[in-house]
Amino acid sequence: MRPFKYTRASDAAVAAGAVAANPNAKFLAGGTNILDLMKEDVERPNELVDVNRLKLSEIKEARGGVSIGALAKNSDTANHPLIRRNYPLLTQAIVAGASGQLRNMATNGGNLMQRTRCQYFYDTAMPCNKREPGTGCGALEGLNRIHAIFGWSDKCVATYPGDMANALYALDAVVRVRGSNGKERTIPVNDFHRLPGDTPEKDNNLAHGELITAIELPKSNFAKNSYYLKVRDRASYAFALVAVAAALELDGGNVRQARVVLGGVAHKPWRSAEAEAALAGRPASEESFRRAAEAALAGAKPLAHNAYKVELGKRAVVRALMRAARLV
Amino acid sequence: MKDDLDETSGAELSADEEALLREMPTLGEVGQARRTFLGQTLAGSMGLFALMLMEKEQALAALAAEPGAVFAAAPALENPVRVALKVNGAAKTLEVDSRTVLLDALRERLEMTGTKKGCDQGQCGACTVLVDGRRVLSCLTLAATLEGREVTTVEGLARGEELHPLQAAFIKYDGFQCGYCTPGQLCSAVGMLEEAKRGDVSHVTEDVTAPFKQLSDDEIRERMSGNICRCGAYPGIVAAIREAHTGRESARTWRFVEEEELARVRKELEADETV
Amino acid sequence: MPRYIGKEMSRVDGVAKVTGRAKYAAEFRAPNLAYGFIVLGSVAKGTIKSIDTSEAERAPGVVRVFTHLNTPKLGPKANTEYAPPRNAREQDKSFRALQSDRIYFNAQPVALVVAESYEQARYAARLVKATYDAEKHTTDTEAVRESARSPSQGPPPKPRGNPEEALKTAAVKVEAEYRIAMEHHNPMEPHAAVAAWDGDRLTIFDKSQEVYSVRRHLATTFGVPEANVTVVSPYVGGAFGSSLRPNYYPALTAMAARELKRPVKVVYTRTQMFTGHGHRPYTIQKIALGAERSGKLTSMIHTAVHNTSTFEEFSDNTTGFTRQVYACPNLFAPTLIAPVDLPTPTWMRAPGAVSGMFALECAMDELAYKLNIDPLELRLINYAERDPESGRPFSSKALRECYRLGAEKFGWKERRMEPRSMRDGRLLVGWGTATGVWGAFQSPASAKITYRADGTAHVTSATSDIGPGTYTVMTMIAAEYLGNRPEQVKFELGDTNFPRAPAQGGSQTTSSVGSAVHGAALAVAARLLALANQDESSPLKGAAPADVEMLDGRLRLKRDPSKSVQIPEVMRRNNLAEVTETFESRPSEERRKYATMAHGAQFVEVKVDPDLGRVRVTRAIEVTACGKIINPKASHSQEIGGVVWGIGMALTEATEIDHRFGRIMNPNLQHYHVPVNADVHEIETIFVEEDDTVVNPLGVKGMGELGMVGIPAAIANAVFHATGRRVRELPITPDKLL
Repeated sequence: MRPFKYTRASDAAVAAGAVAANPNAKFLAGGTNILDLMKEDVERPNELVDVNRLKLSEIKEARGGVSIGALAKNSDTANHPLIRRNYPLLTQAIVAGASGQLRNMATNGGNLMQRTRCQYFYDTAMPCNKREPGTGCGALEGLNRIHAIFGWSDKCVATYPGDMANALYALDAVVRVRGSNGKERTIPVNDFHRLPGDTPEKDNNLAHGELITAIELPKSNFAKNSYYLKVRDRASYAFALVAVAAALELDGGNVRQARVVLGGVAHKPWRSAEAEAALAGRPASEESFRRAAEAALAGAKPLAHNAYKVELGKRAVVRALMRAARLV
Repeated sequence: MKDDLDETSGAELSADEEALLREMPTLGEVGQARRTFLGQTLAGSMGLFALMLMEKEQALAALAAEPGAVFAAAPALENPVRVALKVNGAAKTLEVDSRTVLLDALRERLEMTGTKKGCDQGQCGACTVLVDGRRVLSCLTLAATLEGREVTTVEGLARGEELHPLQAAFIKYDGFQCGYCTPGQLCSAVGMLEEAKRGDVSHVTEDVTAPFKQLSDDEIRERMSGNICRCGAYPGIVAAIREAHTGRESARTWRFVEEEELARVRKELEADETV
Repeated sequence: MPRYIGKEMSRVDGVAKVTGRAKYAAEFRAPNLAYGFIVLGSVAKGTIKSIDTSEAERAPGVVRVFTHLNTPKLGPKANTEYAPPRNAREQDKSFRALQSDRIYFNAQPVALVVAESYEQARYAARLVKATYDAEKHTTDTEAVRESARSPSQGPPPKPRGNPEEALKTAAVKVEAEYRIAMEHHNPMEPHAAVAAWDGDRLTIFDKSQEVYSVRRHLATTFGVPEANVTVVSPYVGGAFGSSLRPNYYPALTAMAARELKRPVKVVYTRTQMFTGHGHRPYTIQKIALGAERSGKLTSMIHTAVHNTSTFEEFSDNTTGFTRQVYACPNLFAPTLIAPVDLPTPTWMRAPGAVSGMFALECAMDELAYKLNIDPLELRLINYAERDPESGRPFSSKALRECYRLGAEKFGWKERRMEPRSMRDGRLLVGWGTATGVWGAFQSPASAKITYRADGTAHVTSATSDIGPGTYTVMTMIAAEYLGNRPEQVKFELGDTNFPRAPAQGGSQTTSSVGSAVHGAALAVAARLLALANQDESSPLKGAAPADVEMLDGRLRLKRDPSKSVQIPEVMRRNNLAEVTETFESRPSEERRKYATMAHGAQFVEVKVDPDLGRVRVTRAIEVTACGKIINPKASHSQEIGGVVWGIGMALTEATEIDHRFGRIMNPNLQHYHVPVNADVHEIETIFVEEDDTVVNPLGVKGMGELGMVGIPAAIANAVFHATGRRVRELPITPDKLL
């Protein structure tokens, strides 16, 4: 870990200003990912601005939906009555991730900023365009069992590892951001993360110095019929091989609208417009779900070691939808 | 080390060492098994084992600096941050390198080695402590962020001479072998039971919209999955937490085959080779 | 009737462990301590072309940066007990750090940065810049499989009978190939040492399974007498074989401490552990079984190939137990090794046995299905009444009883043979079984007892307790034979100031060290008898040592307890405050007439989600025949550990290498998946005690390895039973079941 200046910010303006003023400065929230990466010399800030004391952890009703503070802890968010009642999908997604300890530390804003768990990204002796642009992608022709099947480029095949965001994508969340100039803007969560393209070093569309202040959830009609499914290599405390956030709005036996988001398959949560279109207006049945799953995975481009994710993805979509529809 | 600490914390350190020499603490009530448990662990007197180790350490402590010992030119702290916090109820003021995580502050600066370093990457749970009553990983917590916070480590779980019920239950159910993950398991279990009491749900909770009711074995297993035990003492850990939580004793999961049973089986085997 | 032996007892070190007061290697304090941080290389083979330490040296707090250029040449390395089999006079060829510019494996240490603080050392380590002349490397065992050879030491494997011919004519045949991923021990405690010199005397706190071998290693390394080196290792946070041999870090730490004339601490990072102590090798096994229609085996050909390093031979003798499990007249079971550019593999819990038995016991299951004979029945049909390899009788073997009792308890009768025939809702249910086997080993060991007039005793032996409960078991044995209470016994271990004991490996500690403690206690009694009988009026006149026992402060005649003396009285009369005896126990001559082995039958239930490929081991029963059980509580924990390790091997664990770089790519606990709490469900142990007077005076056999041996096979067999899919490559991750 490189030497760095530590400052404890008391208000958002000071925090954002401090980071904006130093291209090598970073915000410190829960620290669960950045500190690990700093120890590995993957992240190398020379200044950390601790935003933990900012008053950004409130979870409240807003605009018919709910606004969750960027600094609310994952565990508090998952267990907040407003979330459990209105957005159980988000609760399920959060508690599927990491461990009790980590969820007590990790913040919602930080979780969106979580970086990939690609082995090549973590190992500074290995090529990685995300870590060191221009060095190549170690995983492209290397070990890529846990890597992307959608949206990858020959520069990067890493996946976004989080669970929470998969639910946020399904729930059409909006990320509220404060710029270093004090101006706020909102980013639909779907536009928050990026695909790697030619600049895999950029995980998301935040500008340097921009601070996430809240995540806003619009009113949702999915509370009754949603499910978060996570398939991993052991029963708990592991990243997803494939995850599915599935949400249905049912009209009798028919699907009025649906959300299908796959996790662990791309550089960002992979919302499947194809699956959602295939479900809209169809009966909520295993048959429709299978068709939706086929549609969801139709465009998948697996790598040498992760072809299984295509089949697993299909089955996971079916199962998640079946659970959401309460058919199993 | 003294220069890092203010007066009160200096005194605290030696108090901690004194505690090592104290006699066996009376054990807390654990389910209905207190009596047998007491009988079984008297030999494990804390004083006895601590004493043995202190002797070994003292041999080194007496070492004078050798002539010609090499020191760095400027051992001064880099990017120092001053933090006032409480550790197990005692006020501490530390001046730390900004890079110091709570885990290293505890182990290397405060000489409280009960909290363990297993992976230093948030991937094993051995370093779990409680900060303001919540379980967190001390390896991913910068010490600098703890101004005004209260840290509880495994050394702070026992109340004076009395083991915390979870500590006693871990011994009773053999919820450890090598013991290295144990402090983290214990702190994690303390925090986890609080979370359950608050009604928090988990990944295995069937309906997260309903009030959380019962901490089943599967709930305990899932909620404790952030603490890896390589010896595999998980069943004992679950039994210990279950008992600390409900007061219910768990049945043994081992048994000896009695002589008569063995005789019967041998006879049957003679008559019939199949199983 | 024994008072303590065979009764459950909580760990005597339990309070120390649950209060955080048990001290592990890295936790010992030393004045003026400096922190070392290891720098790892980044090529798999070649030489270091240049190494630039200037930036690191300029970093604040850095005391010195050691590389091969400024590290003193260390003396020859002594061969240790747990070195791979070779000529004892030959020098140990295991890897040592910073002794040349040669690179033997990727992530090899190339520098040690020593600084005033841990943070400073860790940072400066990143500033060391090395360049390499890389050479073409090979790390893929598959690629060198054809060139695998027998280890050069030990007798070349010889076939029994004519296995090839017997296979050709066999009525039923099974031929299959099995693979096991490379695995790492991953004890929770990272390997660590704190070394301090006082002139030419070294004290080192080390994580070790054998302090004497570390002492010998360091004494020869630094050219000082063994007596000058003290190795202390009172608590070991798990090791599982990874601390059987002195790894490279103790010498590195002691070297730095010697050069800098101040104590130094070095702790492996989790990542450094992956190339810092060896691993379970990647193993390819080919099995051919031939049988009569009745199920009787007529031929077994079992060939294992696993990796070793380029600089050292290691073999875990994968196929060793294949020769002793089933009665079969024709057999060939060689284990071959193939050098690759990786660190030397080493022993890892149930070494060889669990790998070999995975292949053999899966093949037996395949044969059972081919014959349509119940898998358990097939094992009974081929039951070995005598050791098939040596022809000698077993000193004891209650395996048949294990099968039967396990089957009863498990409900095996209810099992339907046909795969995919049992369900629990959407989940497929599978039941599998396998045989466990391990040797009942014993090595020479010594223990010293000081018995005091007040009935307390101080017992020492330089063994270790990496988790099995050695502190507790030795306390129980001492109390049993000294006739006092366990709380009056203070047992110490893990220190070269104590009498010599073998490594805590191979499940031999209780048999070896326990026999020594037992012998020392009897020696104390004999001494007291002699002292008592100096008195003309002693009621024990004429009694031999074997006729007496100590109990509650009295020495009494076994056959007539009314004849006794007060021990404090005897000691007082002889002006003795204490009596000290040291005893060395050795394996008996009698053992040579027998095959001495421990056995077990292992049953598991799995539930498989057929859509998602998820496997859960919902039930496991260990039925164990391993002589006398001293502390069933701790033994049960050993069995539980064996099951959990078996689950890891069968379902989750694999060290992954990118062979293009020859580098391990998951050297951490986020991608190397050891089982977590949620992976583990009900585990039950049934002890079938054997009355074995041959193995050792206590009649004990080890169980640390035994409990794991059959589990991976039992799980794989259960997965087959559940799904109809025979996965022959471990671990069985979800992708393999889609």
